[in-house]
Amino acid sequence: MILWFTIAQIAVAVLAGVVCIVIGLSGRRPGDVSVGSLALVQLLLIAQIVVAIVAPFVGNDPTGSLLEFWTYLVSAALLPIAGIVWAFVDRGRWSVVVMGVLALAVAVMVYRMHVIWTIQIA
Amino acid sequence: MSDTRPSRRITGIGTVLTFVYGVMALAATGRSFVQIASRFEQAPIPYLLSAAAAVVYLLATVALLLSKSPAWYRVAWVAVLFELVGVLMIGTLSWAVPDVFHADQTVWSLYGQGYVWIPLVLPFVGIWYLTTQRARVRELAR
Repeated sequence: MILWFTIAQIAVAVLAGVVCIVIGLSGRRPGDVSVGSLALVQLLLIAQIVVAIVAPFVGNDPTGSLLEFWTYLVSAALLPIAGIVWAFVDRGRWSVVVMGVLALAVAVMVYRMHVIWTIQIA
Repeated sequence: MSDTRPSRRITGIGTVLTFVYGVMALAATGRSFVQIASRFEQAPIPYLLSAAAAVVYLLATVALLLSKSPAWYRVAWVAVLFELVGVLMIGTLSWAVPDVFHADQTVWSLYGQGYVWIPLVLPFVGIWYLTTQRARVRELAR
């Protein structure tokens, strides 16, 4: 994990989460803003996967359990796409709220992943 | 684009609830998998309870998703009640006999403290939701 990248991911995910929940509760149906923000969160997670694969080879080793880290990362990477798929199935306001909830869950998971990588002892 | 037939798929706030259950199912499954795969002997009973929690969350997610069907509606009730009993029981045990739960936390340890007490609130929201759906399910069963 790279600190600035973690901060960026959490910031984007929290912003996406809050925005989606707010516009969803106010009646907005899935659109460019909601689906787009989730797509961005997904892209960042894919980049995080690449970073996590490369990192140990350039001297950035995790202090915590690699198994636990990858379980979190794989789980997190499933969430945005699940939300986007659901938005196409159920095109109402609640699927926008769902996308917001999933984005917030991703934010929490990215934070946990950073803790596992940099602080937690395996 | 709206269908006049009553849909078997859940809609509205039920979808949010189902997705929250889904995320908890994912979290609980991931956590118990890591615990059992890497250090089962350290705390076998808590880790098995952790796995049981994952199963309950998975079942609740699926059942809620299909809860417009009367059969799945009943399964959803069972799962949610199981969840309530589980979080209260394990929450109390992890607090009363901490030496059994000495290792890292399970989803229901200390009433779900590690998950901002979402595991404690969730069954009550589930019960509320299922209660509001009772009349609708009865209609569909006719």
